[in-house]
Parts: sequence; structure tokens; C-alpha cells
Amino acid sequence: MNPELQGREFPPTAPYLVGREKVREFAKAVFSTSDLNFDPAAAKAAGYTDVVAPPTFAVVVQESTLAQLLAAPDAGIDFSRVVHGDQRFTYTRPIVAGDELTARLTVSSVKSLGAHSMVTAESSITDASGDHVVTAISTLVVRGDE
Amino acid sequence: MAALEPGEVVAEKTYQLTRDALVRYAGASGDFNPIHYRDDVARSVGLDGVLAHGMLTMGVAVQPVIEWLGRRGTVLDYQVRFTKPVLVDPADGATVTVVAKVGVLTDDGARIDLTVTFNGATVLGKAQVLVALAAA
Repeated sequence: MNPELQGREFPPTAPYLVGREKVREFAKAVFSTSDLNFDPAAAKAAGYTDVVAPPTFAVVVQESTLAQLLAAPDAGIDFSRVVHGDQRFTYTRPIVAGDELTARLTVSSVKSLGAHSMVTAESSITDASGDHVVTAISTLVVRGDE
Repeated sequence: MAALEPGEVVAEKTYQLTRDALVRYAGASGDFNPIHYRDDVARSVGLDGVLAHGMLTMGVAVQPVIEWLGRRGTVLDYQVRFTKPVLVDPADGATVTVVAKVGVLTDDGARIDLTVTFNGATVLGKAQVLVALAAA
């Protein structure tokens, strides 16, 4: 992997509009039982503008930034050798249906461990007002030749 | 709610991750890596068979905490390390157990530590959920 990736900032992704049915579909897929994820009336009664997305939903928005990283011509990342090492979400507020989210990727670190390399990608996700919603951080391990 | 004590178990739940659940998650998340639904592809890259998406395991593992929280709080931060794969049998699926314990108390809530196991082994490391709790 190209060590010069460290510190690189990528252009913001096209806005992602969070749909109510997408939130419900995702919530069902992660076995959620929370009415906040499914019922707009319950979410509104709890002070939200619409259904609330589960904590890991941000990965759907983050995904387009990881695609930018893997597609960077000088990155030298072979997708078939990539393993997800760890994942973190740091929230300012939960994502709700109706949010229009934009993600900006920064490569915070590139390390080599023998034949393997590790890249930490930090995607800052903001709403239509430019306010921070969540930062999604992934460490990807790229396996080298054994 | 009564004051929390470090070490206290706040939630415990078992999930059956079937191949159907993997296909459902693939569609919902947009992660269509074939190692999560095709044994032939999984074996061609040296795996024993189809694996659950790490992000599915992560997404499911936080649900007992969400149920315990109810309206009393929100998740501020959630992190995991993917330490072992969850191999999903085509007929029987995979049984994944989550135990959520109070790790440390914080100024406005607590750090909940998750122990997530499959086949007797821990599959997520450093699985921590930082929650803010509304004042009682």
C-alpha cells in the first residue's frame, strides 16, 4: 500500500438522503426491536423528527467513502485481500429519516506489519446544515503475500 | 433506574444468524461481498464457508443495549474489533450470544462492554458502547 496515503483528504461524497423505509429495512436486518426505528409517531413522541436509524446504519453512508479509497489509482489496495479489522462510530446525534448526509474521508494512518498493511479511514458525516452527525472510523487490514 | 454498578449484567440475548439473515443484511446494507452468501467463493479465498458480515454481528450485538436503554438514553460511541469470523451453516445458521455488562461509569452515563460469542469463542474484541443516560 502507498504510505503517502496517510493524511490524504478525499472530496465530499454526494448527499445521501436517509429514507424512512431504508431505516426500517436496516433495523429489521440487525434484529432491532426498538419502535424508534420503525414507528414515526413513537419517534416524534420521543423528540425526533422521524424514525431513528440504528447505531451502525452510518456504515451505509460511510461505504461510499471506502469505495473512494479502494478506487484511488495510487492507493495500491487489492480489494480481494482486504479484511475489516475494527470499526467505530462516534455520534453527535443519532441519524434520523430525512437527513441529507455528506461524508468526507481522511486517511488517518497507514502502517505496515510485516507483509500486511493497515489503513485507518475516518469518515466525518455531516447533515445538510453542515453540522456533525457521526464519524465512522474503519481500520482495514490488507493481507500481503504469505 | 437504580444506580449502576461496574460488572453488572444489564442485558443478555441470543441470536440465530441464518443464511436468510445474511441475505437480508446484504440487501439492507448494500454489502454484496459474495463471501457472505456463496460457499464456493468463500472457499476459493481460503475460508471454511460463508461468513456473517462483521457489520451484521456488530449491528446485532448492540441491540440488547438499545433494548435495555429504551427511552432513558442514547448511544454516543460504539466500537468493536473483529477478532474471529462467524461461520454460518447453510441449514442451522450460527448462534451468537451477547452479554452486556457495565464496564465503567462516566459523568453522564456508562461504558457498556459486550461479550459476543459464537461456538464458545469470542468473536468481537474491545466491544464497547458508550451511552449517555438521562438524569433520573
